[in-house]
Amino acid sequence: MPDKPKVAFYWCASCGGCEESVVDLAEGILGVVDAVDIVFWPVAMDFKRHDVEAMADGSILVSLINGAVRSTEQEEMVRMLRRKSQLVIAYGACAQLGGIPGLANQFDREQILKFVYEESPSTQNAEKTYPTLKFQENGRTATLPEMHRLVRTLDQVIPVDYYLPGCPPTPKLLQQALTALLSGAAPPKGAVLAPDIALCEECPRKDTKPADLSFTAFKRPHTSELDPEKCLLTQGFLCMGPATRGGCEALCVQGNMPCSGCFGPTSRVKDQGAKFFSSICSNVVATDEKEIDATLATIPDPVGTFYRYGLAASLLRARMGRQAEA
Amino acid sequence: MSQPTEKPSNGNPPAKWEPRIVAFFCNWCTYTAADLAGVSRMKHAANVRIIRVMCSGRVDPQFVLEAFAKGADGVLIGGCHFGDCHYVEGNYKAARRIRMLRRVLAEMGIEADRFRLEWISASEGEKVKLVVNDMAEKVKALGPLGLPGRFTEFDREMEHLEAEAGVKEVAHAG
Amino acid sequence: MHDATPTNGTPRIGFYVCHCGTNIAGIVDVKALAEYVATLNGVVVSREYKYMCSDPGQELIQQDIREQNLNRVVVASCSPLLHEHTFRHATEKAGLNPFFFQMVNIRENVAWVHEDKVAATQKAKDLARAAIRRVFFHKALEPKKVPINPAVLVVGGGIAGIHAALTLANAGKHVYLVEREPTIGGHMAMFDKTFPTLDCAACILTPKMSAVKSHPNITLWTYSEVANVDGYVGSYKIKVKRKPRYIKEDLCVGCMECVTACIYKDARFPDEFNVGLSKRKPVYIPFPQATPQVVLFDPETCLQLKKGKCTQTCIEACDRKCIDFTQTEEFKEIEVGTIILATGFKPFDPAKTPYYGYGTYPNVYTALEVERLVNASGPTGGEVVLRDGSHPKAVGIVHCVGSRDEKTNRWCSRVCCMYSLKLAHLVKEHTGAEVYNFYIDMRTPGKSYEEFYDKLLKEGVHFIRGRVAEVTDWAMTPQEEGKLIVRVEDTLIGSVRRVPLDMVILAQGLEPRSDAQEVRRLFNISCATEGFFLERHPKLAPVNTFTDGVFIAGACQGPRDIPDTVAQAGAAAAEALALIDAGHMELEPNTAFIREEDCSGCKSCVPLCPYKAISFLEDKKKAWINEALCKGCGTCVAACPSGSIVQNLFEDEQIFNEIDGLLSELAQV
Repeated sequence: MPDKPKVAFYWCASCGGCEESVVDLAEGILGVVDAVDIVFWPVAMDFKRHDVEAMADGSILVSLINGAVRSTEQEEMVRMLRRKSQLVIAYGACAQLGGIPGLANQFDREQILKFVYEESPSTQNAEKTYPTLKFQENGRTATLPEMHRLVRTLDQVIPVDYYLPGCPPTPKLLQQALTALLSGAAPPKGAVLAPDIALCEECPRKDTKPADLSFTAFKRPHTSELDPEKCLLTQGFLCMGPATRGGCEALCVQGNMPCSGCFGPTSRVKDQGAKFFSSICSNVVATDEKEIDATLATIPDPVGTFYRYGLAASLLRARMGRQAEA
Repeated sequence: MSQPTEKPSNGNPPAKWEPRIVAFFCNWCTYTAADLAGVSRMKHAANVRIIRVMCSGRVDPQFVLEAFAKGADGVLIGGCHFGDCHYVEGNYKAARRIRMLRRVLAEMGIEADRFRLEWISASEGEKVKLVVNDMAEKVKALGPLGLPGRFTEFDREMEHLEAEAGVKEVAHAG
Repeated sequence: MHDATPTNGTPRIGFYVCHCGTNIAGIVDVKALAEYVATLNGVVVSREYKYMCSDPGQELIQQDIREQNLNRVVVASCSPLLHEHTFRHATEKAGLNPFFFQMVNIRENVAWVHEDKVAATQKAKDLARAAIRRVFFHKALEPKKVPINPAVLVVGGGIAGIHAALTLANAGKHVYLVEREPTIGGHMAMFDKTFPTLDCAACILTPKMSAVKSHPNITLWTYSEVANVDGYVGSYKIKVKRKPRYIKEDLCVGCMECVTACIYKDARFPDEFNVGLSKRKPVYIPFPQATPQVVLFDPETCLQLKKGKCTQTCIEACDRKCIDFTQTEEFKEIEVGTIILATGFKPFDPAKTPYYGYGTYPNVYTALEVERLVNASGPTGGEVVLRDGSHPKAVGIVHCVGSRDEKTNRWCSRVCCMYSLKLAHLVKEHTGAEVYNFYIDMRTPGKSYEEFYDKLLKEGVHFIRGRVAEVTDWAMTPQEEGKLIVRVEDTLIGSVRRVPLDMVILAQGLEPRSDAQEVRRLFNISCATEGFFLERHPKLAPVNTFTDGVFIAGACQGPRDIPDTVAQAGAAAAEALALIDAGHMELEPNTAFIREEDCSGCKSCVPLCPYKAISFLEDKKKAWINEALCKGCGTCVAACPSGSIVQNLFEDEQIFNEIDGLLSELAQV
């Protein structure tokens, strides 16, 4: 009997949600486990790094790697998995776009460490103890992986064959992707495994959106009531549906929250955040600078809003003015 | 730190460095004004490279970001004065988008003087000259933005692992 | 046309640099540019030539297309606004779709504005590289053909509008002539004699006015204004507002019994046609030869219209029952294919040059006022008199009032020297007074103009070369008492003079009309710096505007005399006729379209189009652009959040590649 195809899962700078989405396959997971041989899955199985190292190059059919690449350890692992795999799938928004960890690109490594170890409201660290990369005691040395200065998408580190978008990808999408790959009916390389059309197309509230929508101000979900029936953008909430790839069945909208853009842009767009604000600003009513600014002031955090998942993948990628050297 | 210390990419530009400014000019007003500046032989700085679009409303914020990402030190957008747009309101839409783009650029650490929006009518050849000269001067004072160079610098933090990976591969082949 | 789509995606680009004589080659190293571009990906041929736009230049391109199997052409020369169509046409003639052509402007944008040759050449290289990258992504396109409605709208019934209307009407086209004032004739109708022939303005004008009225192909709407313009070349929809005269126009024969019978026994209100020098009644006809020969009521001064109570003796007096106080403004909607704007000029208001004393000293007149004075049918029956009715013994004419002046208008108004000479002649003829012309330069360029000046020199008119500093009544000697003193530096003798006069005439310049900006927005054209309407090219296209189908003629484009105005009016009519007779026009195919399979139906684009070209299809739940209405601004393209709208000729991919091409090599200047 031929060997079952080998599959690996790995997580980089990640929250664990993508791992859970695999588990969310529920009964479907049995079919997966049956059909494939999972050779590496740190969150769920006991394989170690040296097990992967020992494999021959290209012996893994597909590695599904989630999380953004932020540390030397993650970089090392993804490079290794790339060598050992025929296919690599960037799994989830963090691997595809940098995800929420990508927002760290607005800050220096030093600023982040300082905030975490000194300044955050809940930190109690009077001695100002910081992690060091190397620690020696009693003749023994311990090391830590180094934090990169930049958060990167997976394909900014290794070549990627497919992308499964979403934060996390829905079980349905994962099922479809695995089925396609295992059946040999693989889509063209580089494809994002979700429909190449914006979310509005499948949104259940689509018909409540008027054809003459314009804005004088924007609302935020934690300060205003959300009507569960009407199009959220029409209500004034920043729903990124129009600028976001569909395929998730508008789960967030069905949960009465505006889409925050986790599936990333369509293939025709280079910078999702820019396209979204280009669209909503075009429909702002104000005609003079002061009034325009007043309307746009109701969006207090443009980068956090428009580039929530996609900063690392955006055209500018990171905040400049940060020094390239330490 | 295991990385070698690197020279800052924007600290000391070569003495003869000139900023490169990408401009998006609308066909009916600003591009015509630039032509008028030419016809009137109004000499000005050579730093601006013009991309012609039909209307300032065609300027997608992605174009501005792409220009910076690919190495522009400054980006200039020229359109018609309010009320004069050949297509009625394209410039209003441009204005609204650009107010937000300004905020995003600021948050991303790009100095305000690198990005400029000017309303220049078809007969204002002189204004083209003044704006180009002024912007060239201001951007020169700021120094190169050099985003591609900066990313190359950042990517050096991955180089040694890449090299090591190559070594391990050789080791493993045995 | 051979199949221009590259078979395996390989571009075969021909690049051509024009020297433009020394215009470009003098600053840009054209040889180095051609050599550099030859090294770029996809470039098969890279040449430089003295004059690319000439026949042999174009033939170079065509030969290469045929022999080298080019599928893209890039020319680096002057502005695309000038020669893009030339090279597109050349490309097309050689069998390649003309939209596989891209132009690089290295003359207006480079050679003419930079002095540093190294920097200029580097810039030219960057621009060329950008175009090479961009052109690869061009696609074969077909220009939009729009039909041309043969009807024409002429706005403005002065001599320019009249001549244009008659020319077109005689060619068999239907013309709508819309004039704001109650009569056509414009400023020319106010003149007495016209230079240099001194023929009577009314004599040459009134036959034309009459011809307009009676021409079967002309619909004359006076006392009317254009309220709205929709559409584009070939099919404009115009809304005209007809102001109420309170007279049934087709019944009135101009007998003026109502004027005689008016409750106001004496004329009491300033007469506009006589520039306020005489008075009229609330019901009036602007001047005896007014066309149409119909009276009108002034709603500000007519008792019935203003207060609702009058015995209405006028109605009693009218046996044709023409008077109708219930009239309201009426809107007419018409469809035309082309528009000619002939809205004329505004005379400079000398209140802006208070040092010349207009409004302060009663005997300082404007030239237009004096035109009315010398006119036999004017307020004084042709007598040139002072405000107190006496005849002046010494008259001064101040040239360049509101012209050639940094404080007011910088331009030369072109006609003032000639009309000042004319007025000098007429005033001298009518009064026998000593006449002084204070001039800076004598500008008499037209046919027989210099001879006219010569004639005046021999008539004993005094010419003092100097810009008048001020007009004052402050006397320094007993002889100056009660006179107007002109203080001027006589530059030919090199001293300042004080010239005592009875009457001073200010040769006011010509300005754009005060509502020029509103009018030009209405018709979607531009104004030049000074405020006159902007022509497409000052030498080669003086009557065209940048808006297809809209032409300009006469003083609205810039100060000019009657011969040039008539010539321009004819030219504008000819341009309109060229379009009409061709039957259709080709529009640049830079419209946008929505890729149906990509559109999510988010409706973000629908409200963006000022031309309502975008609509939402309920059955497909997708947006759709009506190509016929799209003007190609690209605003919706930039706004579409999923990148599903494409603009032909300005596709995202083309522009991104242009940007990348500009920056792909680090320029070390």
